[in-house]
Amino acid sequence: MSGYLSDVAALARKDLLLELRGRDTLPAMLLFVASALVIFHFALPSGTGELAGLGLLWVAIVFTALLGLSRAFVAEREQGVLDGLVLAPSDRSAIWLGKAIAAFAFLALAEVVALPLFALFFSSVDGATVAGVVLADVGICAVGVFLAAMSIATRARELLLPVLFLPLAIPLIVGGVGASVTENPGRYLGFLALYDLLFATICWASFEYVVAE
Amino acid sequence: MWLRNNALAASAALAAVLLASAIALIAFYVPVDADQGLSQKIFYFHVPIALTAYACFGWGAWKALRHLWKRQEGADLESYVAIHLGVIFGAMTLLTGSIWARASWGVWWAWSSKQLVLFLVLFLFYCAYFMLRFSVEPGPRRANLSAVYALFGVVLIPISFLAIRLAEDFIHPTVFTSNGPQMSGSMFFTFCVSWAAMLATFGALYRLELAGKRIDARMRELRELLA
Repeated sequence: MSGYLSDVAALARKDLLLELRGRDTLPAMLLFVASALVIFHFALPSGTGELAGLGLLWVAIVFTALLGLSRAFVAEREQGVLDGLVLAPSDRSAIWLGKAIAAFAFLALAEVVALPLFALFFSSVDGATVAGVVLADVGICAVGVFLAAMSIATRARELLLPVLFLPLAIPLIVGGVGASVTENPGRYLGFLALYDLLFATICWASFEYVVAE
Repeated sequence: MWLRNNALAASAALAAVLLASAIALIAFYVPVDADQGLSQKIFYFHVPIALTAYACFGWGAWKALRHLWKRQEGADLESYVAIHLGVIFGAMTLLTGSIWARASWGVWWAWSSKQLVLFLVLFLFYCAYFMLRFSVEPGPRRANLSAVYALFGVVLIPISFLAIRLAEDFIHPTVFTSNGPQMSGSMFFTFCVSWAAMLATFGALYRLELAGKRIDARMRELRELLA
């Protein structure tokens, strides 16, 4: 078990280190989410109210995550790293978990900027929204990294990821928006946790079939 | 013995008989709904088709599991054929639901119908399944990716159902419900016959598709041997 965890940690550290040195993904995500929020200001005519803004915040989060996820395995593909990782004597699900942790870190960093920016531009963000964002991030990264690994094995490559991901993201949007806009967010947060648990389990159990022949 | 050799013909005949009797029952036997009138009769098509679509997706996921778990020969093709038919039945659910919504509420699309919204989500999901499947070269890789995605589908069905129920609280409250008063005995009987007919149709089409696909694969093999 400790071997497994150190594999996961090594893989996550590799991605974070690569990002620290290359700065490929995170600046793009930050710029994207900031531009999206500015676009939303012009997309919301006056009088549409706070709730519409909160709904759009979730659109921004999902698309920003997609932007980062579509880059998740590009370095591996270009350098042929994935074959090496598959041949390495460790559990294949460690590849998924390490990458998901790295993706979560990028997304969380993007949101550390995006949420205050949203509060500045639109309306204040309450604790339930933050809790919803954290729970949704887990689901987004678990499923998104899994599907990103699937999509790089296809001819369509990155193009396929949004098509595969968005139908699966609908329940996350429901849970997140519900947690942000309703009076009692508890059930929505519970729903997000249920989603995370179910999909993380199925991703963890079946990742081997995605990377191995 | 005859039955085993002619399973396709037998299941097609069964489906034809059941379909004909279901249509006859719907047209002549079952009483007209007091509340909704004649248009309610589409219920006997809409709901059985929807339930059959779930059965297709479930069967496809079961075969996908067999492929991943037991490495069962041919399970990938069976899973694909079941999901393919599920998408066709799902499209028919959307179509009949849309007609029903038009007849009873005067609109072609109603977000308040949970069943329809769920089928829209599932339809999008399984269309993505096709995109995935046809952008990978045929082989073990494609079989694995398709099987894994098909398994995601059966997890997504209850999760989406729950999500759509939860979303009603803040999207808008339910105005119309599709489950009206309790079904009477004759209505329930007609419903069951219609459902059996749809399932039999699925069974027959499933066998037909599989037979066609298998012959296709054999032909390709033989052609490669000759070339």
